[in-house]
Amino acid sequence: MSTLVIVEHDNQSMHPATRNTLSAALELKQNVVLLVAGYQCQAVAEQAAAIAGVHAVWLVDNVAYEHQLAENMAQLIISVADSFTSILAPASTFGKNILPRVAAKLDVAQVSDVSRVLDKDTFEHPIYAGNAIETVKTLDAIKVLTIRTTAFDSVTDSQSPCCVERIDKSIHESSTKFVKHELSKSERPDLGSAKIVVSGGRGLQSAEKFKLIEELADALGAAVGASRAAVDAGFVPNDYQVGQTGKIVAPTLYIAVGISGAVQHLAGMKDSKVIVAINKDEEAPIFQIANYGLVGDLFELVPEFIQQLKANG
Amino acid sequence: MNIVVAVKRVIDPYVKIRIKSDHTGVETQNIKMSMNPFDEIAIEEAVRLKEKNNAKEIIAVTIGNDASQETLRHALALGADRAILVRANKNFCSLNIAKILQNIVDKEKAELVLMGKQSIDGDNNQTPQMLAALLNWPQATFVSRLIIQDKMIEATREIDGGLETLAMPLPAVVSTDLRLNEPRYASLPNIMKAKRKPLDIIECDSLGLTLKEHIQVISTTPPPSRSGGIKVASVSELLNKLKFEAKVL
Repeated sequence: MSTLVIVEHDNQSMHPATRNTLSAALELKQNVVLLVAGYQCQAVAEQAAAIAGVHAVWLVDNVAYEHQLAENMAQLIISVADSFTSILAPASTFGKNILPRVAAKLDVAQVSDVSRVLDKDTFEHPIYAGNAIETVKTLDAIKVLTIRTTAFDSVTDSQSPCCVERIDKSIHESSTKFVKHELSKSERPDLGSAKIVVSGGRGLQSAEKFKLIEELADALGAAVGASRAAVDAGFVPNDYQVGQTGKIVAPTLYIAVGISGAVQHLAGMKDSKVIVAINKDEEAPIFQIANYGLVGDLFELVPEFIQQLKANG
Repeated sequence: MNIVVAVKRVIDPYVKIRIKSDHTGVETQNIKMSMNPFDEIAIEEAVRLKEKNNAKEIIAVTIGNDASQETLRHALALGADRAILVRANKNFCSLNIAKILQNIVDKEKAELVLMGKQSIDGDNNQTPQMLAALLNWPQATFVSRLIIQDKMIEATREIDGGLETLAMPLPAVVSTDLRLNEPRYASLPNIMKAKRKPLDIIECDSLGLTLKEHIQVISTTPPPSRSGGIKVASVSELLNKLKFEAKVL
């Protein structure tokens, strides 16, 4: 039997989350098949075929999958589900949208946000905003899992490309229609996969002053994140949000500036390797988990930080 | 049209949870409980649709023990017209919850189901998608903007790279994200009025559903704790530590 991994992509390139999901899939010790469904997405299939450990790539190239609508994707995945004992996707908004629909149609449960694979049907995943870890055993024949990508290493090795098999599936197209995308443009590294993340909170006071965070991020080659307070106050768009209800990140270095450290926020970043907190309130909860804390006015400290980084080249 | 809003009673989001010493779960005895915050947003959206004459009746539904009536009374105080408690004394997995809700949605001939995108206890983010699948309805998940006109929905979704807008016909299942709206507070007169609104109790066993066990919880343990760090006195000391001690720069 085999494991199926649903590839997240934008029809041009594979999303890095797929490499972490593959890492979890390989722990199930079965042949791994990657499913690339999209429109004019041959390049994605070629990328996928070259990742170490991939047994086969199935390519379904059809305009019906251009925007990967849950209704169409679920129908496709169900039509091939018979050949697999596990079906995996990253626990991104992409995977979370599609997989529960698949699980319900297959009449099986789903384990969300798997952070550790214990064996082929026993998994760990965080609950209560990461304040507890639950170990669960699925009793169904097919395991449907979304993978917390920050908990698994990215497979970066390559192999000589495996076979890409084109599949044609006629589907009953859903009545749901794609209207438009409004994507945030950013030159910086992607928040979900960046090595360094600099996040700002309510302490930044305004959208204008939040630019200071962006300057610090640029000096470090880092991605920019934000607390829910900063997003709700309109300093930055919502896809910057790190936390239980936003993105879960686990970079090598996380710098929290003007963020008090509410449970909601900590759930999104407490697995970072090194955490730095810059805050004027010595009692802020963020200092309880920060490896290095700096107490003081961020409007003095951050410019000094940037200056010293630049001086050191 | 009738709107079904599914709500859940959870540990209040501001309570620091305690894990039972035998690792069988989380302590819920004598702990403050509330309506799941995402569900409050779902109720609010339903009430706003009714205020715009887009809805006839709002039916709040929950599955749980008798204490869940409190959560339903809160939903009624916020503007739901009536409520249904599907009484059960066990915890169900998302799939079984979706099956119970499907039964209620069918009975009530609802055309729209609104529910939170996830509950803050299990953090699963599954039930709305599963319900949509069972009903064979389209789904709009993580919605931050909702327009309903002529039996059509236009929903803007919060996705990882920004926003995405979809259009779909009713009936549909919509799951709410944080920024869809700012839920109102229940006023005292509305809390009083809610006491007189209808609240039906249905025994889960009477629904005639076969709900098998799909998931077994083995244990619930605390997450690995981080060792406390140090405070540095200056930016240059911080940079030094990051470079030579932590070696992350």
